[in-house]
Parts: sequence; structure tokens; C-alpha cells
Amino acid sequence: MSNLLGHYNYWIVIILMMTGFYTVIARPNLIKKVIGLFIFQTSVFILFISMAKIEGGSAPIIAEGISVYSNPLPHVLILTAIVVSLATTALGLALVVRIREAYGTTNEDEIHVQDEQD
Amino acid sequence: MLLANLPALQVVIPLVSAPLCLLLRNPRHAWAWATLVSTMVLAVAVMLAQRVYAEGTISYAIGAWATPWGIEYRIDMAGALMILVIAAIGAVIMPYARRSIRHEIARKHITLFYTCYLLCLTGLLGIVVTGDAFNLFVFLEISSLSSYVLISLGSTRRALTAAFQYLVMGTIGATFILIGVGLLYMMTGTLNMTDLAERLPAVTDTRTIRVAFAFVTVGVSIKLALFPLHIWLPNAYTFAPSVVSAFMAATATKAGMYVLLRFFFTVFGNQFSFTAMHAGEILMLLAVAAILVASLVSVFENNVKRMLAYSSVAQIGYTILGISLASTAGVTAGMIHMVNHALIKGALFLALGCVFLRLGSVTLKDMHGLARHMPWTMAAFVAGGLSLIGMPLTAGFISKWYLVSAVLAAGYWPLAVLVLVSSLLALIYIWRVVEAAYFNAPDAAMHKVKEAPASMLIPAWLLIGVNFYVGIDASLIVSMAQQAADALIGAALQ
Repeated sequence: MSNLLGHYNYWIVIILMMTGFYTVIARPNLIKKVIGLFIFQTSVFILFISMAKIEGGSAPIIAEGISVYSNPLPHVLILTAIVVSLATTALGLALVVRIREAYGTTNEDEIHVQDEQD
Repeated sequence: MLLANLPALQVVIPLVSAPLCLLLRNPRHAWAWATLVSTMVLAVAVMLAQRVYAEGTISYAIGAWATPWGIEYRIDMAGALMILVIAAIGAVIMPYARRSIRHEIARKHITLFYTCYLLCLTGLLGIVVTGDAFNLFVFLEISSLSSYVLISLGSTRRALTAAFQYLVMGTIGATFILIGVGLLYMMTGTLNMTDLAERLPAVTDTRTIRVAFAFVTVGVSIKLALFPLHIWLPNAYTFAPSVVSAFMAATATKAGMYVLLRFFFTVFGNQFSFTAMHAGEILMLLAVAAILVASLVSVFENNVKRMLAYSSVAQIGYTILGISLASTAGVTAGMIHMVNHALIKGALFLALGCVFLRLGSVTLKDMHGLARHMPWTMAAFVAGGLSLIGMPLTAGFISKWYLVSAVLAAGYWPLAVLVLVSSLLALIYIWRVVEAAYFNAPDAAMHKVKEAPASMLIPAWLLIGVNFYVGIDASLIVSMAQQAADALIGAALQ
């Protein structure tokens, strides 16, 4: 039991990841797909950040009397990944805007129907 | 000074040129700028490849930060071959792009097109030169994000949905790779690929590493469109502008395969990937399915661009089949086919772009009797088609020769039969195009159709010429591929 609770950060990651992934696959609404994708990516950020935490570790600034530091590198990596994910979300939403202009809908099923008629 | 920094310049030149391109509002200037830059990129790639060929692997520390702490750019023979292919295709399509893009993309978007093209080039080259697992993810996303934009610029509205579908799948793939890299970092504390390879054996027998391997494999398989994760590819290639289809078919999936090779052989090692995780059997099964299913779909396809797209999925299967053998001969065959398929599909899509320019359509029924009005274009298509089928004296024959010998050397003779059967299927779908263009009577509307302009025909014929050149004298490509395969497999044996 303590093992299960002790890894609570991983549970959060898994729940978020599956929520996002499910939304991407199951929702026909394109905006919801983009949101799902964003949640999916966010879960990975939490995976990275939580692995940097070291029990009893302080902020990674050299100071007297402190010997255990948290790892700053994953934060830096995730800063980059957040920028990537932001760009992806922005591009995804921009495409949804264009799709709505062209099809008059953001529903994937209705888009398929229109594509079949072409 | 300049020569010492070539690995960085390979990526920095197109990266810095992209925003500058955006400042040039005039489409003509943007085109001239992109052409100049892609030529410079090719020159750098040639110089780098020469150096690798003469002196061996180049290791370059970005910002002079020593490895493994800083980001390392590392170019070995496999990388040299890939940057040559990417940069050469990138430079060859630029003269072609001017007319084709002016025809297919709204004037106000043309500058943006060339900007995204340069970014895509940056990303693809970056994937190849980097020796850092996280840096690879960043470059992968640079190339992916810009290619979503490039695809969405296609002339019909379906280009938008194709780009969106690719965005969703591509992002999931890239995020899977990110998870894999994160898990690797968790276990080893390093991101440098060479360093990872040294530290992994100590922790290799853990669930974390196995999960990391699975995530990376599936993520990369989405990016390289391995069957059954290929569903984004046919729509993306069909509805993208002609130049983008040619560029993507020739380079983007190849960069994905390069990533697969890097992770399987350099990072995880031959032993772990193929003996412990049985990746070879899985990849072989998927490759066989890709070759059969995608070739069959191609045979029944009436839109020629979509036909070529499905054919690409089958050709990706050939490369993966070579890699899945995990032998030097197999990886050599895979690498040779990577290069040759870039030449073949690049030429075919360029020829098809000429058809689209004059005809406004690429379906078989609209192409009836086309060869009388566009003889050079259709001759290029037929020549490329022959290479795709694997006629002797073409690049395609060299690929199939090495692939079949590698498969036979590994003792899988049914697979050799499969390669021959799928070559016959390729013959059938190329023949359908030939039949429509050469043996059917043209419609009345066909009389207005003229031959494509020289600026578009010359790049297509240039690639065709290289196809025949490789078919006659493949020694350079074969020797580079062999050295690359030796290095990849050798790295794993150490």
C-alpha cells in the first residue's frame, strides 16, 4: 500500500496521460482533441519534473551546509518541451480555425461526411 | 575557423535564414533567398561528408561545452549519407518550387511557405547531426511543426484535415519519444547518445529501460510511417503541395528511419534491441504487412498521388525489412534503399507535380493520352517507375539486389519471394499510369495542355539521371552504406 501511495506522482502522470490520450482518440470535436493532446503532453512534463525531485534536496544553488540538491536539468528540458507543446497547440488551434472556415464545422464525423461527398 | 564549425553551420545556416526569409515580403525574393540557402546547405553537407569519408566520425561540442555535459553534434558515415540525401533533395527541388508554388499557393502565403521550408530543412538536418537524445526531440518537433504547416498549404480544404491528422499523430509520436528519453535519463542520468550507450548495459535488465525502448520504438514508428501507424501519410502526401510531397517523401520518413537506427544500434545496442526485446521479429512482421498491404492498395488507387503515397508505405517496409535482419548486409541494404527511395520517389512526385501544374488533377481518368502533350514529363514518370519496380540499370535494382541477397543470407527465402511479388505489384500500378497516359485517347480538353516548363522538368530529370547513374555505378553509395552499417553494428558489439 505504501508503495502504491509512495509513487503518487506516477499515478497522477498515468491518469493525466490516459485522460488526454482518450480524449484525442474518442472525441470527434477537433478542439477537444487539441485539448486532449495538450493534457497528454503535460503529463509527460510532470513525469520529468517529478523525477528531478530528490528527497530532502534543496534548490540547486551552492550554499554552505547543504549537500543534497534537486536536479535542475529536467526543469530546463521541460522548459523547452513546454515551448514545443505551446507551438503545437497554437498550430493545432490555428488549423481548427481554418478547418471551420472551410467546412463550417469542427466535428470530425461531419467533416468525414463532407469529404465523402466531394 | 569556418571549416571547424561545419557541423554547427549545417543547422545554423537554415535556422537563421528562416526568420530572415520572413522579412522578405516579395515572393520572388523569398524564393531566391531559400534557393541560395539550400545551395549553401548542400555545399556544407558535401564538405562534411567528404571529411567524414576521409577522416572518420566528426564530434563537435556546441559552444565548446565538453561532452557529455554539453550538446554534442556527431556525424558518422550513416549521418553523412543522410545529410547528403536531405541537403541534395532540398537543393534540387528549389528551382522546381518557383513555378509549382506560384501555381498552387496563394501569393500572400508564398513567403511563409519558404520560411517553413527552411525550418523543416533545419529540423531534418538537426535530427541527423545531433548526438543528444533530447536535442533530437527538439529537432524532430521543429521539422514536424513546419511540415504540418507545409502540408496545410495544399490547394484543397482536405489538406487542412490531412495536416491536422498528421499533427495529432505526429505529436503523439514525438511525445512517446520524449517519454522514452525521460525514462532513459531517469536510469542513466545522461542524454548524450554515446554516453547513454556506455551506461545502459549496467541497468539494461530493468522494466524502466524496456518500457523506454517500447515508447521510443512506437514513437519513431509513427514518425517514419511504419505499417499500421502509417495512416497519416497517404492523406498528407496526397493533399500537400506537389513540392512538399516530393520533399517529404524523399526526406522526412528517411530521417525517421535514421532515428530508429540510432536508437536501436547506437543507444540501446544490437544485443538488447534484437536479442532481448525481439524487435527484429516484430519489425519484420510489420514490414511484410506494409509491403503487401500498401502495394495492394496502390494497385487499386485511381489518384496517382495517393498511389505513390501508398507505394511509399510499401517502400518504407523494404527499408525496415533490411534493418530487421540486424545483420551488416541487412542494414546496408536498408541504408541503400533509404537513399535510392529518396531519389525514386523524389523524381516521381516531381514528375507528378508537372502534371498537376498543367492539368490541375492527378487522377488516372484525367491523364488519358497525356503523354502526347507532355512527353518529357511522362517519360520522367516512366523512368522513375522503372526504378521503383527495380529494373536493372536503375537505382531500384541495386536496392532490391542487396535486399534480396541480405534476406537470402539470413535464410528467409519466402521474404525474397515477397520482394519479387511486390515488385510485380509495383509493375502493375505503374503500368496503369502508363496505360492511361500512352494508350488511351485524349479528351477534347487535352489539346490546350502544354509541356511543363524547363525549370520544373530539369530537376525531375536530374533525379532520374542520378537514378540511372546509381543503377550503373553504385560503388559510392554502397561503400558508404557498408561502412555505415559496419559502424552501427560494430558499435553495438563493443
